[in-house]
Amino acid sequence: MLHMIPGDPVSIALGPRATPEIQAAYAAKMHLDKPLIYQFLIFMGNVLQGDLGADVFSDRSVTTTMAEQLPFTVTLAVSAIGWAALVGIPLGCLSALKPNTWLDRFTGVLSVGTIAIPSFLVSIWAILLFSVTLRWMPVIGAGESGNILDQVHHLILPAFAVGLGWVGYLARMVRASMLEVMGENYIRSARAFGLRSRTIIFRYALKVAILPTITLIGIGFGSLLSGAVFAEIIFSRPGIGKLIYDMVLSRNFPVIQGAVLVTVGLYVFVTLIADLVVSWLDPRVRDSL
Amino acid sequence: MSEIASNKALESAKKDQGIKGHMSESREKLSLFLNNRLGMFGLMLVVLFFVSAIFAPYFATHDPFLMNIPQRMSGPTLEHWAGTDQLGRDTYSRVIYGGRVALKVAAIGVSISLFVGLLLGMLAGYGPRWLDNFLLLIFDSIRSFPTIVLALAAVALLGPSLELVLAVVIVTSIPGYARLARTSTLALKNTEFILAERSLGAHPAIIMWRHIMPNVIGPLLILAAMDVPVVVTIEAGLSFLGLGVLPPTASWGTILNEGYLVIRDTPWPIIAGGIPLVLTTLGFTFLGEALRDVFDPRLRKGK
Repeated sequence: MLHMIPGDPVSIALGPRATPEIQAAYAAKMHLDKPLIYQFLIFMGNVLQGDLGADVFSDRSVTTTMAEQLPFTVTLAVSAIGWAALVGIPLGCLSALKPNTWLDRFTGVLSVGTIAIPSFLVSIWAILLFSVTLRWMPVIGAGESGNILDQVHHLILPAFAVGLGWVGYLARMVRASMLEVMGENYIRSARAFGLRSRTIIFRYALKVAILPTITLIGIGFGSLLSGAVFAEIIFSRPGIGKLIYDMVLSRNFPVIQGAVLVTVGLYVFVTLIADLVVSWLDPRVRDSL
Repeated sequence: MSEIASNKALESAKKDQGIKGHMSESREKLSLFLNNRLGMFGLMLVVLFFVSAIFAPYFATHDPFLMNIPQRMSGPTLEHWAGTDQLGRDTYSRVIYGGRVALKVAAIGVSISLFVGLLLGMLAGYGPRWLDNFLLLIFDSIRSFPTIVLALAAVALLGPSLELVLAVVIVTSIPGYARLARTSTLALKNTEFILAERSLGAHPAIIMWRHIMPNVIGPLLILAAMDVPVVVTIEAGLSFLGLGVLPPTASWGTILNEGYLVIRDTPWPIIAGGIPLVLTTLGFTFLGEALRDVFDPRLRKGK
């Protein structure tokens, strides 16, 4: 795919002053003179050995760059989904246990409202409110390395922006599955046996109701990454998204290629983990494997 | 004789009842929908979106490209309802015209992906096993790309343009429609009326078009309504990054992009550029959910 580019990678890498001989030598070194399928096979072979190629401009190994940038994106994604789960799951539970109360209505409005605002818009509006108007939060960067407090301070707004939509989404999902589970026969039996409602909710109901949510987080990790891409660009945070964006602007193809590959790999990996966790928690799925 | 006559009368009575029953069913659905307050609110927003985009010149108070440097970055006034941007252009009029880009992307993107997805989904469900597996493989590989990452990669290859945004939108939404169509087709494939058609020797294309399609398309249309906000958001997001519609064309994304650059001087372009995006998303979401509740109560549990 990356070869349908308008713009010859050789002339980008070497600049306009390169002589045809140097260009030919470079093309030979990068296997650009070989057929496409050969290039692809070499690339895949290198990937399996952990080699994603080299930056066109600085000749740095893409693998090293990815290893530097990946932790920032993972931190952002994990803290976003973390705070969303901490708020969204209890909200969903409570509103399922007390349907049609003011809390339930509030959750309903909140979830539709947060889902309706795209995450990049949350980022922009959050900057406008907290950084420009109130001046509480820093706008740019990820904080000084080594200074944990400063890094957390820089993480709050992006994580808030990326996670906000998930609060509503999770609350909705948990509410629906919790309502379903609470209507099941075994919950009624547990009630009939006189178990305390807290035991019923936490030991029996929530354990089952949480399962679809885990799958959802796994599948939704892709959109989480998309949100992280926007947040990284808007907040100028280092990370995979910002990296891909910058490299798109400077047409640094090996880095884009490596970063896209790593992102897709990450996504597939997370989906797999989510499936494994569900099958570990849910005996029905575990036995059917 | 009289027996036959009474039979006939009975039959026609039955027919009448049948028609009446059908009528009242659709009327019931209509009243269900009309009584869904959120759904009506959504419909209102959607109509507003369509009307303001189509009749943009009548809604706009200024030429969206007319620059007026002395009056740049003003707040809302009687003359400029949402203030002006960094070049003194009227933000309100630009937002109205931006709706045209959003409508264009949504209408073209959603209808093409709906059509292609329907076709591929029915083919996968009705066609031979190898075709099914092959198409599923393609759908799953497309879905394994986060949309924005795919879009960024595509922009790196081909450069930013409205057509590219459309292409990305279409490619990434086809699998959703196709999977839905495939599942319903698989369920229909072995029902008796399809088996009857097949044993009568009807051509597979005719079976698919005449008999499977009408049964499959309902849920897909609901999905399409829910998909519009996603599409509009992708367009605005890419344009915001400077990778979609390019300035000076007014789109909600480019308004946000230009507003973001002057965020310290005036908040108004960012506020005005974002609100229609939220309203459109809310409108289509409410409408889609109301339609789903009315037409397909089974789906309510699903998502």
